[in-house]
Amino acid sequence: MSVSVPVPAPADPTVEAVPGATLRVRIRRDGGFQAFTVARRPAQTILDVVTEIQREQDPTLAYRFACRVGMCGSCAMTVNGRPRWTCRTRVAAVAEDDGLTLEPLRNLPVVKDLAVGMEPFFEKWTAAHGAFEPGDAPPADFAAVAPDSPARRAVDAGIECINCGVCYAACDVVAWNPDYLGPAALNRAWTLVNDVRDRGQAARLEAVSGDAGCQSCHTHMSCTEHCPKALAPTFAIAGLKRATARSALKRLSARHFRRSA
Amino acid sequence: MSPLLYVAQRGTAGILAVAVAVHLGTILYAVRGGLTAGEILGRTQGNLAFLVFYGVFVVAAAIHAPIGLRSILREWTPWRGRSLDGAMLAVAALLVVLGLRAALAVYVA
Repeated sequence: MSVSVPVPAPADPTVEAVPGATLRVRIRRDGGFQAFTVARRPAQTILDVVTEIQREQDPTLAYRFACRVGMCGSCAMTVNGRPRWTCRTRVAAVAEDDGLTLEPLRNLPVVKDLAVGMEPFFEKWTAAHGAFEPGDAPPADFAAVAPDSPARRAVDAGIECINCGVCYAACDVVAWNPDYLGPAALNRAWTLVNDVRDRGQAARLEAVSGDAGCQSCHTHMSCTEHCPKALAPTFAIAGLKRATARSALKRLSARHFRRSA
Repeated sequence: MSPLLYVAQRGTAGILAVAVAVHLGTILYAVRGGLTAGEILGRTQGNLAFLVFYGVFVVAAAIHAPIGLRSILREWTPWRGRSLDGAMLAVAALLVVLGLRAALAVYVA
């Protein structure tokens, strides 16, 4: 008679850690790399590693975090060459031969060690007219927006961005052309282009056009590949390309008809 | 790149996609049995459809290429401003002149 023996579920490799195992961590600081050794722990995140180094080994290490649960977008860094939220990245999922290389986000000025300045990122967000424009005489009543309308769906697709800067760091066009507004600002602009209440569309479409605007996107899709929220700024930028082209052609034909009238 | 340059580049890309396919297809078909230069010129000479097709091809290429070249130069070099735009207009003019000259040469030859 065969007896079935309950087989324990295989351990989740992203949660378990071998007792006594260590992790070799290289952190970019002061133009070079500094090496640290940290104990492997169950369910250890990259942010746990950085925090342990700062608290136990080198209190001068600078990095940024706030919520630790993937809501604020403050803790993004370059982990083994890829921009990521460190609080939502398990060591076991990304360590290569028990090694980690941590660098600040690309395309942004380094404040110190792993902390970058976000000013250029938000300046471009503003330059892309990323704020809602109610107009001079906002309507007295609420706007009725059908949840399944195409415009509302387009807004829904991009509105969850929390401005962590991962897409901006992943974008090669930003690296080549520092003036380029970048995926996050353009994604934000696209959500407002689809906001039926907004009254600043002409100026916004003008702001997201040109050599710093949406037409410079190469559709590499690095932003969409790396977005921790699984948003697709590439498609938002494609929408802006269509909207700005339509607007420019309308302006051109209006000018032509004015001249021939 | 302005939206109008973007539209021009995308529009000419559509024309070039068809024109290049027709161009390559014609070459492969025409030379399958072996043709002399004289025989080719015999077919192109006075052929208005040939001239119109290659005229459109040349103009589309002359619009499309400098817009792309301008973007590449802006990304890979510090070259900006009116001098770059002027140089790209010169490239476009050069492509039009050389391309139409070649098309006309085999039309009237």
